[in-house]
Amino acid sequence: MGSVRNSKNRKKPKLAVFKFASCDGCQLSLLNAEEDLVSIGEAVEISHFLEASSHVEVGPYDLTLVEGSITTPGDRERIQEVRKQSRVLVTIGACATAGGIQALRNWGDHEEFQQAVYPHPEFLDTLATSTAISDHVQVDFELRGCPVNKKQLVELITDILHQRKPRFPRHAVCLECKQSGTVCVAVTRGIPCLGPITQAGCGGLCPGYDRGCYGCFGPTAQANVSGLSHWLLKHDMPKTELVPLLRNFNAGATPFREEGNRLAREQDTELE
Amino acid sequence: MSESRSINVKALTRVEGEGALHIRLAGDAIEAVELNIYEPPRYFEALLRGRSVEDVPDITARICGICPVAYQMSSIHAIENALKIRCSPETRSLRRLLYCGEWIESHVLHMHLLHAPDFLGCESGLEMGQSYPDELKRGLRLKKHGNQLLSVLGGRSVHPINSTVGGFYRAPSRQRLQKLIPDFEWGLQAAIEATRWVAGFEFPEFQQDYEMISLSHPDEYPMNEGEIASNKRPAISVDRFEQEFQEYQVPHSTALQACRVKENSSYLVGPLARVNLNRDRLSAAAKRLADELHFETPCTNIFRSIIARGLEVVHAYEEALGILRRAPVLTPAKISYDYHSGEGCAATEAPRGLLYHRYAVDEAGLVEKTQIIPPTSQNQLQIEMDLIRFLPGVLNEDDQQTARDCERLIRSYDPCISCSTHFLKLDIERLES
Repeated sequence: MGSVRNSKNRKKPKLAVFKFASCDGCQLSLLNAEEDLVSIGEAVEISHFLEASSHVEVGPYDLTLVEGSITTPGDRERIQEVRKQSRVLVTIGACATAGGIQALRNWGDHEEFQQAVYPHPEFLDTLATSTAISDHVQVDFELRGCPVNKKQLVELITDILHQRKPRFPRHAVCLECKQSGTVCVAVTRGIPCLGPITQAGCGGLCPGYDRGCYGCFGPTAQANVSGLSHWLLKHDMPKTELVPLLRNFNAGATPFREEGNRLAREQDTELE
Repeated sequence: MSESRSINVKALTRVEGEGALHIRLAGDAIEAVELNIYEPPRYFEALLRGRSVEDVPDITARICGICPVAYQMSSIHAIENALKIRCSPETRSLRRLLYCGEWIESHVLHMHLLHAPDFLGCESGLEMGQSYPDELKRGLRLKKHGNQLLSVLGGRSVHPINSTVGGFYRAPSRQRLQKLIPDFEWGLQAAIEATRWVAGFEFPEFQQDYEMISLSHPDEYPMNEGEIASNKRPAISVDRFEQEFQEYQVPHSTALQACRVKENSSYLVGPLARVNLNRDRLSAAAKRLADELHFETPCTNIFRSIIARGLEVVHAYEEALGILRRAPVLTPAKISYDYHSGEGCAATEAPRGLLYHRYAVDEAGLVEKTQIIPPTSQNQLQIEMDLIRFLPGVLNEDDQQTARDCERLIRSYDPCISCSTHFLKLDIERLES
């Protein structure tokens, strides 16, 4: 990871935020940092953050946060330029790290999708896929979540400003449920839950609200996805429900994608 | 000999999402005004097909990180209509409470961090904070309360997880809700102060003869229910929406635009339309404040939308306080229902205006067809019409200033282009004869 400090005259480091295909929710998490927002504004020069400021500076930037996935030929070019202008580039959220919910088009017929939504698909200039930023350029750090956890976001910015490598837990949501005293919804109530294969970061949110985890923070470091799907299938969850559960906001993340594809192939064979 | 001149001014900022505005002039004659939205399409209507109805509110939330509750509410109501589910009055109250949280969070964000800097000559909310530290601090605290309410009721503020077809996954804890009361009591007074503050700004003179559209309900300020009212035409029921209003595509935008079907005319949705059409149903404190500020309705100056937003924040705080004090008990958290094939539509009032959804579902509870019409695509044509009328008054300035004034007008709408995006470049091309 490169240094974010401008060593010459100790000017404030320059922070940039760039948006690709996304909902705005992850950069909003920065504005939602409320009290910390003012401190961040004091610690860095906000050089490019279109949603927050009309003050726009050209690069290079010391720290660039990238939200969103690559879905158009123009964006495929733009991310290269953003990379060139960035000392440290961090992706924030599921769209930037795994392609987001819009990556469901990767399994569909792109032309048919266009026709289903737009009367004149010929006006559009889009790619048939939605892909993660790391499929296009080198990424220095990925912050997971749909949306990201704002505390993690503030911590990440602080770490990078202090030239520390950000460290976030890579264990499963299950551990967060244990920590918060939430009784397991899968074991005790038979609710399908991706907690065992999903990275922590939400605080075990959904099980705490009596529902199963749907994978906002993407796969854990050693996600045993097929182990979980065997267990769920054994406990009467139909494949027709398990495939969409894996194909949510991190559908494009490799372990989720591969197991979803394997199950879908099995399902097709069974139908034949 | 005509000399063509093209001037690129900096990107339009402090809006949710990115697009472009292209203005073409020949001398002082306006040849074209196009609001380009380069939003990369994400095909939500296509990717929802085949998903179970329970997946829908989680997926539609991701259309917009600023107003996920609106997308959840319109989709849940439409699906409940398709499945003929009637929720309890307690569910209804708690859904209004959730919507109050989103109105507060979204409106306060726009008022303080996006819009107010325009009136104070600042480039950002943070810069504004150097001259107006108390006002910024108050705004950030107000916004935080909105987010806290969303977190208690919905689990988190961006993409809450607790709303579902038939009610909530888990009934909120009365204790946790009532703990918010002291903050909301402070917030009601602070919201009144914030609205007084923005009402003192200097507004450009710009009156337009809008057709204003919003939900309207006889007994309450519109959020989740009501007829679709207009200041120019009779009210219609929500299920007639697609007969009266339609979306169409223009080459310069990836957002579909909407207009009146028969008249092909533009219309205005959002807080200004809502306050104008429903002023007498604002909460007592909001009504008193509107009188005190001499906020005359109908108000037809879009720049004054910031005051309408303030009044709605006051309303949302007061209504939320009422519900928090009652803290309705939800048993069961959600009602059970059966799948059957059907079709249903619903409209709710997103912070930026009326948001219409329609779903067809099959007998297994899977989505067959979806139609989603967001507020910004409805306002898009109106923004272009406004710019055409606004431009002659600002053409004598230099191009940079003209562009800045146009940006301010666009920003008054709080456009939520976000649901994907690109640069909003303001590009004035002068064809000099």
